[in-house]
Amino acid sequence: MADLTNSSRSRGGEPRTDAVEVIGGGRENLVPGTPLLEVDDLHVEFVTRDGVAKAVNGVSYSVSAGETLAVLGESGSGKSVTAQAIMGILDMPPGRITAGRILYRGEDLLTMGSRARRAVRGQKIAMIFQDALSALNPVLSVGYQLGEMFQVHHGVSRKEAREKAVELMDRVRIPAARQRVGDYPHQFSGGMRQRIMIAMALSLEPDLIIADEPTTALDVTVQAQVMDLLAELQHEFHMGLILITHDLGVVADVADTIAVMYAGRIVETAPVRELYARPAHPYTRGLLDSIPRLDQKGQNLHAIKGLPPSLLRIPQGCAFNPRCDRVQDRCLTELPPLVPVVAADGAELPGRRSACHFWRETLDG
Amino acid sequence: MTANGSSALGATVPEEVAFAQEVPRGEPILEVRDLVKHFPLTKGILLKKQVGAVKAVDGVTFDLMQGETLGIVGESGCGKSTLAKVLMNLEPATAGSVRYKGQEISRLSGAALKAVRRNIQMVFQDPYTSLNPRMTVGDIIGEPYEIHPEVAPRGDRRKAVQDLLDVVGLNPEYINRYPHQFSGGQRQRIGIARGLALKPEVIICDEPVSALDVSVQAQVINLLEQLQSEFELSYMFIAHDLSIVRHISDRVGVMYLGKMVEIGTDAEIYDHATHPYTQALLSAVPVPDPTARESRDRIVLTGDVPSPANPPSGCRFRTRCWKAQDRCAAEVPLLAAPFWLGGAARHDSACHFAAEREVGQSAAEREVGQSAAEREVGQSAAEREAGKAGSGAD
Repeated sequence: MADLTNSSRSRGGEPRTDAVEVIGGGRENLVPGTPLLEVDDLHVEFVTRDGVAKAVNGVSYSVSAGETLAVLGESGSGKSVTAQAIMGILDMPPGRITAGRILYRGEDLLTMGSRARRAVRGQKIAMIFQDALSALNPVLSVGYQLGEMFQVHHGVSRKEAREKAVELMDRVRIPAARQRVGDYPHQFSGGMRQRIMIAMALSLEPDLIIADEPTTALDVTVQAQVMDLLAELQHEFHMGLILITHDLGVVADVADTIAVMYAGRIVETAPVRELYARPAHPYTRGLLDSIPRLDQKGQNLHAIKGLPPSLLRIPQGCAFNPRCDRVQDRCLTELPPLVPVVAADGAELPGRRSACHFWRETLDG
Repeated sequence: MTANGSSALGATVPEEVAFAQEVPRGEPILEVRDLVKHFPLTKGILLKKQVGAVKAVDGVTFDLMQGETLGIVGESGCGKSTLAKVLMNLEPATAGSVRYKGQEISRLSGAALKAVRRNIQMVFQDPYTSLNPRMTVGDIIGEPYEIHPEVAPRGDRRKAVQDLLDVVGLNPEYINRYPHQFSGGQRQRIGIARGLALKPEVIICDEPVSALDVSVQAQVINLLEQLQSEFELSYMFIAHDLSIVRHISDRVGVMYLGKMVEIGTDAEIYDHATHPYTQALLSAVPVPDPTARESRDRIVLTGDVPSPANPPSGCRFRTRCWKAQDRCAAEVPLLAAPFWLGGAARHDSACHFAAEREVGQSAAEREVGQSAAEREVGQSAAEREAGKAGSGAD
């Protein structure tokens, strides 16, 4: 968020039209399937009083235009830190990126100059935050905050910016947009505030949207409205979407591919249907077994035993080994790599990878 | 406490005797009738005058049976947490009655109230703010014994606390640790242990797992179920997660804007809901099954929940309801079994046009079905008016 509202500090100065040439060109170049973002072996750690917390330990994933990638994980799994690294809004220090590359249309964002990076952020990759009330500036009207994007990035006048803000609010279906453009964030309901966040992310027509738990703070009926809106806008513009969430239900509804994270690593990736039908990692299986289903009433939930590890002391070998019911000696010493999952007859399963020594056994149940 | 038993308002209640009686399984242990909680809205600083009220809970009626779990679901602002507070007597009720084992408890004070509270305990939502960070786990769990010393004599307390830790699945040696040394799931176990300390009969759980991670939620839910069968507890389980509520509940009540709109067994509510709000709520829940993505028939409600300070007239859901008619604005629907459904739906639903939803119906079909329902309603209008007169309009 920092970046979206911080720019208000530069108010009064010259409108900052970035002279740096924007990578990738306009939205007309956005053809479904075009690779947009590739995260390659990213490592992020935080220096804390108690030691170094290894939040992200070698994460790789990629997103194409029109694709929805769901990054699934519990708190502390590193899913949000990865997103912050992509956006360049990681608090450094205490955070630091120790290794890896983040390629946007082939160019590494991490080695890029700050002006070039700024041209990507917001214009090409935008983010929707979880808690809209704390992500929006409480002392500025919603219309000003939306219009500010155009003033800063496109150098338009205040009046034009307000017009643009009304248009955007209409787009995300906020009723009576023209009357409400001068209202402040606290005057909107939770669902409406989240729509404003979406409008803000969409304002500069980005190629890629990162939505960090966009509906977690919302009630189910409002959640459905917001997810529908996101899906519809994505469909219209063929944007790439990275959906960060812990909700297996939301993921099943909207995602194309899933990356499951645990203790700073991706433990499994798969197309959505296959992941739910036949998980290839014991953690994924455990998660699926531990959620009660609305349409099925069971006796006892299969809880995963134990707790997620502290990032200061990630277990040796496979990080999941203290909680795994398939654990073997090998899991205690040897870190399982993320390897392709192959069907029993040797046929390759496209897009499927698992970081378990015993993925084959897990896949078979 | 026994000595003070006859003080003040408690005079009419020989509480120690009364609350000791056993309620047979399946009989009501807590009877709530027309419970109302309004928070006044005032204007002016010196000369405050009431200009309105937030109608947080506005006439709620239900029974909690011995040994059952009653789930209460609803969106934020529907009054479910206020309901819990009023039942606990943490907030005085504006009107209505709450009877525990047949005795009115909503206007008790002093020793009599203390006796009731021993039997009705609460588990709170956020284990990060509901535990005092400066107290050890032993002090937190043992604190109820300071207030009710008769439950565990001073010398036995440490042992009692360690037993409780063991019961909720924590190492009894952790007794001297502080809350920050525990994870969220472990803290919630501490909160549950505190709730169990006085051997209550009713536990009100207000969103006990919503602050926890998915893999830990299941552990806590399993623990709550295990404790229920071990200690024969009755739970009132308040949550917004419909899947969890279905999993744990025997009966479920659905609240909207301070009113109970539908109540029934879990199968009645989840498989045969007749109130449009319940149907919309259920259809909006994301199902963790991607194969169901296309086949699901979702009702996406428009708009937001109206303000409880100024709720719509008549049926409160009518502003977002696709079945709404003139009648819904004029007449408050009562929570009763819709007789026009005959034997098909015997559970209570507060809708003039209550009807089961047929899964897979397209929007057009639904409209057709709706007008059919209207016709039917027209035919039986006279009958229903007669019924209304008998029961007395709300």
